Amino acid sequence: MILIGERINAGFKDIKNAIVNKDGDAIKEWARKQADANATYIDVNLGTASNKPEDLCWMIEMVQEEVDTLISVDNNKPSMLKEAVPVCKKPPLINSTTAVEEKMNELFPIVAEHGASIIGLVMDEAGSPKDADKRVENAGKIIAKAMEFGLSPEQIFLDPIVMPLKFMQEQASAVLKAANQFQLFSDPPCHIVCGLSNISNDTKHQKLINRTFLTMLIANGLDAAICDVMDKELVSAMLTADLVMNRQIYADSYIEAFSKK
Amino acid sequence: MEIPDVKEKWTSKINEVTIGATKEQGGTRAKTVTVGGASTLPFMNFEGDIPNRPVIAGFVSDVVPEWPDVIKNAIGKEISSPVEWAQKNVKDFGVDLISLKMIGADPSGENRQPAECAKVVEDILKAVDVPLILWGCGDDEKDNHVLPECSQAAKGENCLIGSAKEGNYMTVVAICKADKHKIISEAPVDINLAKQVNILLQDAGYDLKDVVMFQTTAALGYGYDYVHTIIERCRTVGLKGDNLMASPQICDVAGETYRVKEAVADEDILPGWGKLERRGPMWEAACAEGYLQAGADILVMAHPNAISAVKKTLDKLMQ
Repeated sequence: MILIGERINAGFKDIKNAIVNKDGDAIKEWARKQADANATYIDVNLGTASNKPEDLCWMIEMVQEEVDTLISVDNNKPSMLKEAVPVCKKPPLINSTTAVEEKMNELFPIVAEHGASIIGLVMDEAGSPKDADKRVENAGKIIAKAMEFGLSPEQIFLDPIVMPLKFMQEQASAVLKAANQFQLFSDPPCHIVCGLSNISNDTKHQKLINRTFLTMLIANGLDAAICDVMDKELVSAMLTADLVMNRQIYADSYIEAFSKK
Repeated sequence: MEIPDVKEKWTSKINEVTIGATKEQGGTRAKTVTVGGASTLPFMNFEGDIPNRPVIAGFVSDVVPEWPDVIKNAIGKEISSPVEWAQKNVKDFGVDLISLKMIGADPSGENRQPAECAKVVEDILKAVDVPLILWGCGDDEKDNHVLPECSQAAKGENCLIGSAKEGNYMTVVAICKADKHKIISEAPVDINLAKQVNILLQDAGYDLKDVVMFQTTAALGYGYDYVHTIIERCRTVGLKGDNLMASPQICDVAGETYRVKEAVADEDILPGWGKLERRGPMWEAACAEGYLQAGADILVMAHPNAISAVKKTLDKLMQ
C-alpha cells in the first residue's frame, strides 16, 4: 500500500500559521512524524493560506530538510506546479488533475517532463459524478489522455472521489463499484487512490468509518490512500486488508514489523 | 504491427551478501564470495541486472555422511578427512566456497563435542582459502553449544552461519554479532515462518542485509515443487519491495539428494532405473538446476560430476 500523509495541509491551523509566519517547525515536525509512521508520500497543501508559488516551494523545502520521503504536491495550477515540481528532490506525485481535457493537456506534460506521477480525479466539467458508470467513463478519459503523453499506468493514480457518508450515503457503494472497474483498464493496472477522510466528514465515529471504508476499498483494488497515517488502527486495518488480498506475505508479527520499519 | 513490450518492471532488488574476509578485511581468505543483488528473476538479464552469478558450495562434513559407496567413491578417499575433502572440493571440483556441516555432533549419532567441531573449523580454515559456510548438526539444543565454539574459531572470517530458526535465533544473532559472521535464517518449507524468522532477526538488532534465507531443501520427487515455489515467491516479493523477504537464498542439494531412494539405491533394488553411478549425480544436478531457476543463490553440492554439470549450465545461462 502507498500511504500519503495528509497532515501538512493549510486547512490545519498550525500549518496555516507556519506558512503565514514562515516558521518551518510545525511543517518539519509533521514531516518527521508521518515519515516515522511509514508514509510513502507526504502531501503538501498550501490551501487558502497563500497563492504564491514560492510559499509552496518553501513548504516542500521544509519537508525535504527534515526527511527524504517522496512529496505529493497538492495543487492543480500549472503555474504553481511548474515551480514546485522541480524543487522536489525525487519525482513527486502531483495531486491532482480532473478528466477535463484542457486541464490534462496542461498538467500531463509536467508529469512527463519530470517522470512524476499524478492523481486523476474522475470528475469532469459537469462536476463530481453521481454514479459508478460516469466515474469509470471519466477514468477512461484520463487513461487515454495519459497514454497520449506517453505516461505509464504506474504514473497514474485514479481517484474515484469519496463523498461524505453522512450526506451522500448512496455514493459510497458507487465509489467501490467504480474502483473495482478501474483495475480493468490496463495490465499492470494503474494505482487507485482516494482522499479517505472525506468519507467520515462530520460523523461521530470518524475513525471507525475511515478504516471500515478503507478495507472495503482495498478489497476493490485500492492500493493508495491519502489519510491520517498516524492513526494506528487505520494502518493496522490496512495491513490486514492487504494480507487478505494476498498482496503481502503473512507473518505472525506483520503489524510489529511494519511499525518498526 | 508493433510487438508490445512485455518486460517485467521490478521496483526493488535482492540484497547483496558477501561471505568471507580477506586479510585486509580482518580474515585470512584469498577472496570473498558475493551473492544476490539481482533486480530481476533468475537469468532474465534483459529485464534487470544480475551482478552476481549463483555459486556452488562444496559439501563437507566432520564425519563421513551415510551415503552409498558409489557416491563416496566418486568423491574419493578424501571424504574420510574433512580437511582433505575441503581441499579436493576447491582444487579438483572447483567450488566457490565450502559448506561444512557438523553431522558428527548429533546427540543421536556420534555426539561429538563442540571443541572437536571447532578444531575441524580451524583445520579447514588453514587448509583452504575460500569462504566458509558453517552449520551445526540440526539439533537446536546441541547447536547452541556447537555453533558458538565454531563461530569463535572462525572469528573475523565473515562466515555464513546456519541456521537461525524461530527457537534458537537469539543465540545465533549473539554469536554472529560478536564474531562478525553472516546468518542463514531457516524455516521448514513455510514462507510465513520464513518471514517471521526474518522479523525476529531484525527485532534482535540483526541487519537483514546480512542474511541468507534457507527454506530447507527437498530432493527431486520429495516435495521439491513446494520448496521451488517458496523460493520463487520470495524472490518475486523481494523484487516487489518486501524488504523482509529480499534476502538471497541457499539450497542444501547434496544434503537432501543422497537421502532419497532414487539417488542411493542401485539397479539391484530399482530395476530399470539405470546405474546409480550415473543416476545419483544426475538426480543431484537436476535438483540443483531446478532450484537455480527458482532463484537459489547458493547451492550446496557434493558429487564432482553434478558440480561440473551445473557449472556448465551456469556458464550458458549467464552468458
